Amino acid sequence: MAADTLASDSQPREGRIAAILRRNERLQLGLLLFPGLFWLVTFFALPLVIVVFYSFAVNGPGGRIEWTFTLENYRILFTESLYVNAYWRSIWAGIWTTLICLLLGYPLAYYIVRSPPHWRTVLLFLVLIPFWTNFLVRTYAWMLILSNNGIINSAIQSLGLPRVALYPSEGAVLVGLVYGSLPFMVLPIYASLSRFDFTLMEAAADLGASQVRAFLKVMLPLTMPGVAAGSVLVFIPTVGQFVVSDLLGGAKVDYLGNLLQRLFTRSNPPNWPLGSAMAIVFMVVLTIAIVIYFRATIEEDR
Amino acid sequence: MKQGIAVDLRNVVKRFANVCAVDHVSMQIRDGEFFSVLGPSGCGKTTTLRMIAGFEFPTSGEILLHGKSVGTTPPFRRNVNTVFQSYALFPHMTVAENVAFGLRMKKVPQAEIARRVTEALDMVRLSDFAARRPRQLSGGQQQRVALARALVNQPEVLLLDEPLSALDLKLRKEMQLELKSLQERVGITFIYVTHDQEEALTMSDRIAVMSAGKVLQIGTPTEIYERPVCRFVADFIGETNFIEGKVEALERGGIVSILSDDGLTLRGQTIRPVESGAHVTLSIRPEKAFLSVQEPPPGTPNCYQVRVERVAYIGSDTRIDVRLGSRLFDLWEQNSRSTLDRDAYWQPGETGYLWWPAENAIILTE
Repeated sequence: MAADTLASDSQPREGRIAAILRRNERLQLGLLLFPGLFWLVTFFALPLVIVVFYSFAVNGPGGRIEWTFTLENYRILFTESLYVNAYWRSIWAGIWTTLICLLLGYPLAYYIVRSPPHWRTVLLFLVLIPFWTNFLVRTYAWMLILSNNGIINSAIQSLGLPRVALYPSEGAVLVGLVYGSLPFMVLPIYASLSRFDFTLMEAAADLGASQVRAFLKVMLPLTMPGVAAGSVLVFIPTVGQFVVSDLLGGAKVDYLGNLLQRLFTRSNPPNWPLGSAMAIVFMVVLTIAIVIYFRATIEEDR
Repeated sequence: MKQGIAVDLRNVVKRFANVCAVDHVSMQIRDGEFFSVLGPSGCGKTTTLRMIAGFEFPTSGEILLHGKSVGTTPPFRRNVNTVFQSYALFPHMTVAENVAFGLRMKKVPQAEIARRVTEALDMVRLSDFAARRPRQLSGGQQQRVALARALVNQPEVLLLDEPLSALDLKLRKEMQLELKSLQERVGITFIYVTHDQEEALTMSDRIAVMSAGKVLQIGTPTEIYERPVCRFVADFIGETNFIEGKVEALERGGIVSILSDDGLTLRGQTIRPVESGAHVTLSIRPEKAFLSVQEPPPGTPNCYQVRVERVAYIGSDTRIDVRLGSRLFDLWEQNSRSTLDRDAYWQPGETGYLWWPAENAIILTE
């Protein structure tokens, strides 16, 4: 009671609400957490719950949703080859894109880090410049480059060689995916490498490690956080994308994103329950893959 | 131990773009020697060390390790190890893994690795820390891990690049003694790069003094301090008074009499032949000159009546500035008596007689 008197003495104009707040720590905590929680619940948890509900519902005639519990949607996903193939195709595209981005991105990041400081800024800038152009426009540009009358084929023809059908194809999709994702790989690796102490490479060489072994034993493990972050940033959007495969694949082969888009918007009638189930499976698979990946790549720091 | 030559540098030059970092350096480092390369920052001492390690290759000249030329041999093929200024311990490995790294790279059998790592950690008194990560250790402990990591490979030569510069003064002094005794125990040739003259004097068998890419003098600590060959060496190592003048007369036993620019006749010892009339510098260290109250007997060399200008009591010594001709002359008197009596110490304004034996001063021609 004495403390209360003191508090009200020092702040005589304290209102009733303020006094209640002062006494009730739970209420304080609740109010502080409210904005963040509200945001998460409204924009993350709630939509997710809705999608989960949809995925167990039945698609009625004309795309009307009938709230009857069913596992049919999931059965279709795991048995019909259209969907199974799309999953595998997307995952493989993700894996290949990530690998190629890694093989291109690591040396590029290394080169940038090792450049003189004033060059470093310029080079990083060059990596980022493509972002200033709309992604669609850049993907169309690849159509022009790879098409039968494109730059590459014109060059080949001028050498007197026969034209090559580069586009549309799964290869063209891969080119487009790698092109679009590369900066997401380069930047995290660059961040890791710029924190890396290159004296450690000299120390490794001094202790008898060849350059390859010094890289594998010292530089790679210590830049793994960048590699892991870059891989995730490339892999996830790649698996779910639909624009590149639509444009550069000529809409002939289906990737996960294309099917999703079709189920929700284009098909007549739309099939939201099946699309929802697809999204849920997609999310679960990715989560498992990422957990495994992080466990394998980043050594636990005790 | 046989006195072979561990490292032989012959006319080594290293140019970076248009800067000559190392300029025709030649030196021979003996087996089992504690050899220091001493000089101010940017004098080329670290570049010299890096060329011995193999991180840089000489532009011209030759480097021999136990008689074998290693001009462009990469570092991982040289049986030489380095202790880096920043220690460069691998942060993702434990102390034991750090120490084992070199042996693993050389594919030494597991059992032997375990034994030698234990030995090396015992040697630097870090056995209890084998499972820790480097960042869980103090600076001094990290330093010792770096030493163990290098020494466990039993290198022909151990290179140390200012390894103590990151430690605080007290720890640095401790590590100096520890390094020296460690070197004596393992008998490996140490090449120690430093800008700290005291460090070099304390630990080294011999010292090479470098400035602007050139080696100015190679000698034992006593030789370097007592018989510097040029002004730079005399000035860089310890403190000294320089008095410039012209050679007046050459006397017996290498004693030279000079007439200073402000008209004083002074005597000193020369190591190199000088000619009458040549411009020289006399260097006299503050602890080698004396100040007496009474006039010394006639015939005392270099004797001048002087006025005390400034006095600084620093505990072990009293540092006194006296006016000699146009300059302030610095001299140190050891406080060998324990007394609070003011009269026992010089006071500014008093006069006394400054003098020194001719052989206490050095005549420098460069």
